[in-house]
Formats: sequence, C-alpha cells, structure tokens
Amino acid sequence: MAKFKKGKKNAQQKLNTSSLPDIVFMLLFFFMVATSMKEVTMMVKIKSPEATEVTKLEQKSLVSYIYVGTPLNSRKFGSEPRIQLNDSYATVDDIESYILQEREGMKESDRPKMTVSLKADLDVQMGTITDIKQALRKAQALKISYAARRAVN
Amino acid sequence: MSKKETPELNASSLADIAFLLLIFFLVATTMSTDTGLARMLPPIVPPTQDDAPPIKERNVFQVMLNFKNQLLVEGEWCEISDLKEKAKEFIANPADNEKLPEKTETEIPLIGTYMVSKGVISLQNDRGSQYQAYLQVQNELQAAYNELRDELAKVKFHKSYEDCTDDEQDAIKKVYPQRISEAEPKNYKK
Repeated sequence: MAKFKKGKKNAQQKLNTSSLPDIVFMLLFFFMVATSMKEVTMMVKIKSPEATEVTKLEQKSLVSYIYVGTPLNSRKFGSEPRIQLNDSYATVDDIESYILQEREGMKESDRPKMTVSLKADLDVQMGTITDIKQALRKAQALKISYAARRAVN
Repeated sequence: MSKKETPELNASSLADIAFLLLIFFLVATTMSTDTGLARMLPPIVPPTQDDAPPIKERNVFQVMLNFKNQLLVEGEWCEISDLKEKAKEFIANPADNEKLPEKTETEIPLIGTYMVSKGVISLQNDRGSQYQAYLQVQNELQAAYNELRDELAKVKFHKSYEDCTDDEQDAIKKVYPQRISEAEPKNYKK
C-alpha cells in the first residue's frame, strides 16, 4: 500500500523545463543565421513582376540595388515613378556615382562579379528602365538582374 | 551553515530572455531570397565605331514591343503566349529552313561537332511600354533557351539541364548560346 500513497503524493509533479532554454536558443540561432535585415527603408512602392525563369541571386554582398517605383508618400513626392538609391530619392544621373561608390566598397577581386539588381514596379514605363540601363552601361556595371517573383503555376 | 553549498543559479528567466530574442528575430526575418532574371548589358560602344558588321536578315529574330504592350515578331502580330514557340523554332531551326538562321559546324567538348545556329534575338521596346510586359518578353525568351538546353541535355546526357555538371552545362551553353541583343533606345511614340 505504501507504494500507492507515494504515487499520489507526486501526482502533481512539476514538469522539467530545464531544456526549454536550450530548445529556444536553438530556434533563436536558426533565425539569427537565416535572417537578413532589410538594408534600406523603402521609400517607393514596388510590386515585383512575376516570371517563371527566375534564378537566385548569389552572394548578397556583391549585389547593389536600384529601386524604382511610385513614392510611398505620394502627397509630398507626387505619383511619378522615382528612383531610390540607398535611403534617398535620386535621379538617373546619380546612378553612375552610386555604382562607382558601391564598387569602391568591394574587394578588388570581387569587383568584376558585382551585380546590380533592378527592383522595379511592374507599372513603371520602360523609358525609366532604359535610362537606368544606359547609366549602368556608362558605369561599366553590366551584370544586372531584373528582380522578379517566381510565378506560381 | 556548516556545510557550504554553492547556490544554484536561477535560470528560469533565461527562457524568457531567449523567447524575447526569438520573437524579435521571427518578426524581423524576411526569408525571401532575391530572385530575378539575370542579364548582361552590352558594353557601351564608342560613337565613332558604329559600323558594326552587318548581320544577315535571316539570322535576326526581331521582337518589338510597343507602348500598348503589343508584340511584333518578325513583322507579324504575336501573342505573348506564342513567343516562346516561335523563338524556339528560330533558335533551333530543326528543319534547316532557308529563312531561319544559318548554322556552322563547331567542335564542342563532350558533345562533338554540332551545327550551332548563328541566330540573334533582337529586342526593341518603346519607352512607353510597361516594365511587366518587357519582363514577360524577356522571360519567354529565357524560357525558350532553357527548354532547348534542357531538351539537348536529355538527349546527350540523359538528365535534365539542372542536373548536369558544370562542364556539361558549359557545353550545352555553347550549342545554344544566349544571344539576346537589345537595340539602342528609340522613341517611337514621338
């Protein structure tokens, strides 16, 4: 009988939670590693176009971004598509110096591998894009990638 | 206090702290990897050197996109859905059609001699056309190349293009080099 009494006493046994921090830390590290913080605050609205043949951009450190879209604050900046470089609006003329500056920040061996990702809204007119492309050609940044979402079939 | 015991550290708040950090990273994470269509821009041509070697008409696949996002392919109306098939036929030229591009015999490692087409896809667009339409055209052309490469990989190496080794992929790329040329910008509307 003594056996049963003992069992009753320990019926409200405490759950051992000493491994909980370990599990949580594991998850934490996963997310810390997998996280990529947004580098810039978006000032333009971009809805990426869809495409089926997209490829992944490798080596994020070698990628510079150019954003094109309508300003988020359209009351202040109007609804014409604008170009955003880093954290400010820019014009086509600024692109060349931006590319040079980005290239300066890279290792010498990485410079030829530099890629420019063009993130443009799907409603932007090609005139703007063409101007950007011409500016990129002038700046010798020939590797580009048109950002697009993978289309779900 | 005759028997000294090291007091156990109270670690119950550790879980809370870890949870807090975890939730922060969960919220701040953007998992989406950047995807896009990779392209090479042509280097800028010095203005004095504009006498580029003429390309025969049969070797050029004209794709034009106007400001209403309509397509003109080889002088004919075309729907975006038909573009891929037309481009594939142009690039591969399976029947050695007189009007489709010429081929030259080329020695390619791993594959051997192969008749490589001289075709070039020329893409022109109006300044007024929509970015999405342009990207769709680029996408269809890319799809045409990808499908041809995949078909060749299945015939030659009995596996899909993506499963091929780098050397095999290079060989296939030599058979179907991606030649999409974009014209210097023009403004048709005005």
